[in-house]
Amino acid sequence: MDEKRAEFTDTMSLKCDNAADAWESGAAETDRQAFGKGMRDGIPIGLGYLAVSFSLGIVARNVGLTPFQAFLASLLCNASAGEYAGFTSIGAQAAYLEIAVVTLIANARYLLMSCAMSQRMRPGISIWHRLFMAFDITDELFGIAIARHGFLNPFYTYGAILTAAPCWAFGTALGTLAGSLLPARLVSAFSVALYGMFLAIIIPPGRKDKVVAVLVALCFAASFAASKLPVISGLSEGTRTILLTVLLAGGAAALFPRNPEEET
Amino acid sequence: MHNPYFYILIMAGVSFAIRALPLTLIRRQIRNRFIRSFLYYVPYVTLAVMTFPAILHATQSPAAGLLALCAGVIAAWLGADLFRVAVLCCGIVLAAEFFLV
Repeated sequence: MDEKRAEFTDTMSLKCDNAADAWESGAAETDRQAFGKGMRDGIPIGLGYLAVSFSLGIVARNVGLTPFQAFLASLLCNASAGEYAGFTSIGAQAAYLEIAVVTLIANARYLLMSCAMSQRMRPGISIWHRLFMAFDITDELFGIAIARHGFLNPFYTYGAILTAAPCWAFGTALGTLAGSLLPARLVSAFSVALYGMFLAIIIPPGRKDKVVAVLVALCFAASFAASKLPVISGLSEGTRTILLTVLLAGGAAALFPRNPEEET
Repeated sequence: MHNPYFYILIMAGVSFAIRALPLTLIRRQIRNRFIRSFLYYVPYVTLAVMTFPAILHATQSPAAGLLALCAGVIAAWLGADLFRVAVLCCGIVLAAEFFLV
């Protein structure tokens, strides 16, 4: 019995030592190496951003924004759907309150990701790290950060942001600038990149979760109907998006609430 | 006439607040099942609503937009990543409009 206990204690202390080692080497290596790793992982993301933000820039041009305004919006907002919804509202000369609500709804998934990240922060980490990490939560940057083990390292995220965020901002400005120089054929082709990106986000989860698959199909139908039906088609695109989101997501949550275990 | 810079400032403020508030304020798990489910479904609904029928008006010919939508849905279902789906949609529109426009 004593022997067993001794063995157990040995194993435990060994495990603790390893954990402490890992912790220390992790902490020693982290800041600089994690930053470099983040910069490297940000490259493919940045390339993807260039194509999609170019498409977003075309939208910005269509609603009358200058390349600098489009650049500024992308640098500060870092959001595909959110900026798209915002630009569309700018084009419609929407009220300031409407653009705020539209941005909120279109970016609601970042709220969810931020919640998920809050569960993975090293206890006692400074509020500045929390704020800077929050600044560029996107589908991709959240994805690569959350896929790593253990507590999130702020410097890994900073590295990835440093590579990817400029691509997003310059890509948008380029789209606004070159959108007017390119032949209509190419503008037409580039402008669907954004929708392709949306599809790549909403379609794959439907394979595992049939509720999502049916919900997406229902959304397409409802959105199409809303653009044709009297009265509701008279509302702005942003308002329709808000209404449909609250109705459909609320309905799905009421009818098909999710089990805490199946959540990611 | 509204000021575009004011619009951009509002967009930036809301975008930042929505990302920063949970990360700075939440130190525990959210328990309410309806809220969790609602938050889970919101991104799919919003993006789906913004994609269709808008994609039909983004292209010169609505038929090309529809083709891009179908191709994008199939490619994403089969597991193509974000960049590939986006490029495929562009390629489809470019090819289709050679015949349609």
